[in-house]
Amino acid sequence: MIYLDLFLGFLKVGLFSFGGAYGAIPLIRDVVLSRGWLEDDRLTDMIAVSESTPGPIMVNLATYVGSSQAGFPGALTATAAVVLPAFTVILLLMILFRRLPGSPAADAALGGLKPCVVGIVTATGASMILRHCIGSPGAFSPDLSALILTAALALVYFGSRRFVKRGISPILLIGLSAAAGIVLYGGK
Amino acid sequence: MSLIIDLFLTFAKIGLFTFGGGYAMISLIERTCAETKGWITREEMTNVTVLAESTPGPIAINCATFVGYKKKGFAGAAAATFGVVLPSFCVILLISSFLDNFLEIRWIAHAFRGIRAAVGILILDAGVGMLRGMKKKPLPVGIAVCAFLAAFVSGIFAVRVSSAAMMVVSAAVSLTVFFVAGRAGKGRGGKEAE
Repeated sequence: MIYLDLFLGFLKVGLFSFGGAYGAIPLIRDVVLSRGWLEDDRLTDMIAVSESTPGPIMVNLATYVGSSQAGFPGALTATAAVVLPAFTVILLLMILFRRLPGSPAADAALGGLKPCVVGIVTATGASMILRHCIGSPGAFSPDLSALILTAALALVYFGSRRFVKRGISPILLIGLSAAAGIVLYGGK
Repeated sequence: MSLIIDLFLTFAKIGLFTFGGGYAMISLIERTCAETKGWITREEMTNVTVLAESTPGPIAINCATFVGYKKKGFAGAAAATFGVVLPSFCVILLISSFLDNFLEIRWIAHAFRGIRAAVGILILDAGVGMLRGMKKKPLPVGIAVCAFLAAFVSGIFAVRVSSAAMMVVSAAVSLTVFFVAGRAGKGRGGKEAE
């Protein structure tokens, strides 16, 4: 049943997403791609849309995936599932301890979990860039214009930090890349 | 009752006006709840931010649940959480109803082809930022490198390795080292773990 699938899939995302929105993206990719809910490219498009619309990125993606699979009830199911773990954990901690509890064992578990998230997020970014520019080993398809665009965007994004304190914002980068896409691909 | 509505509306406003996800929300939640409304102290805000980083799920949800519960128990927590989620839910629902047709317009499709190049950069940047903030000790660095290699190979060759499974294994390894080191430490007169 699609509702149960959506609920369990996004419950897993909500339960394992440590380290903010970007920590959740690899998990969402796992869940969405393994169940064939969305194409890889469409998911990437939606990550950009989620970054450019208000609210937590995880909630935005859950709403979109749920809605694309099963309309409004699907959106409701996926969103509730992704929110539930965060809500319940904080509620339980507040009820049980009335404050932030500390435990050496929990710290030790998190001390292993967080570096794992760091590795996964970095690898997700790197492999997405590679696949976008040169394809995968099974479907090798170097794309010169994608390569040039990626290099130019990276230069602008990271280079801007030398001149402005925090560099240009992610939304501005998305805007620039959209404009560049229209110019670059529009001529063909 | 009016406090519940106030919690709902305040968090709905926060949900509506923050772009770019959780961390962008923290500053607005702090300004609104600690300074303007005086619902929580700055110290509590710092604590909940730390707590949010150690608990799963969107950081904004963690914060909303905390503030809501503190002011008005379960009902307050539910109202604040519902409030912070509602705007993005509605906006995305609206977008999803016309996105498919939208993407068939040629210049929009070209724009999104460009955008795909940017998304990878943003994710890579987030990962590198986390890497910089990490403790440079052998165990975490080893775990990060192993996770990177496994996820990178699986990403390139489209072999699926479950991220959740990798996280569970990493936590178990770190926990095992903690207990083994703790036991060994006791034998040698309480040497600190790590």
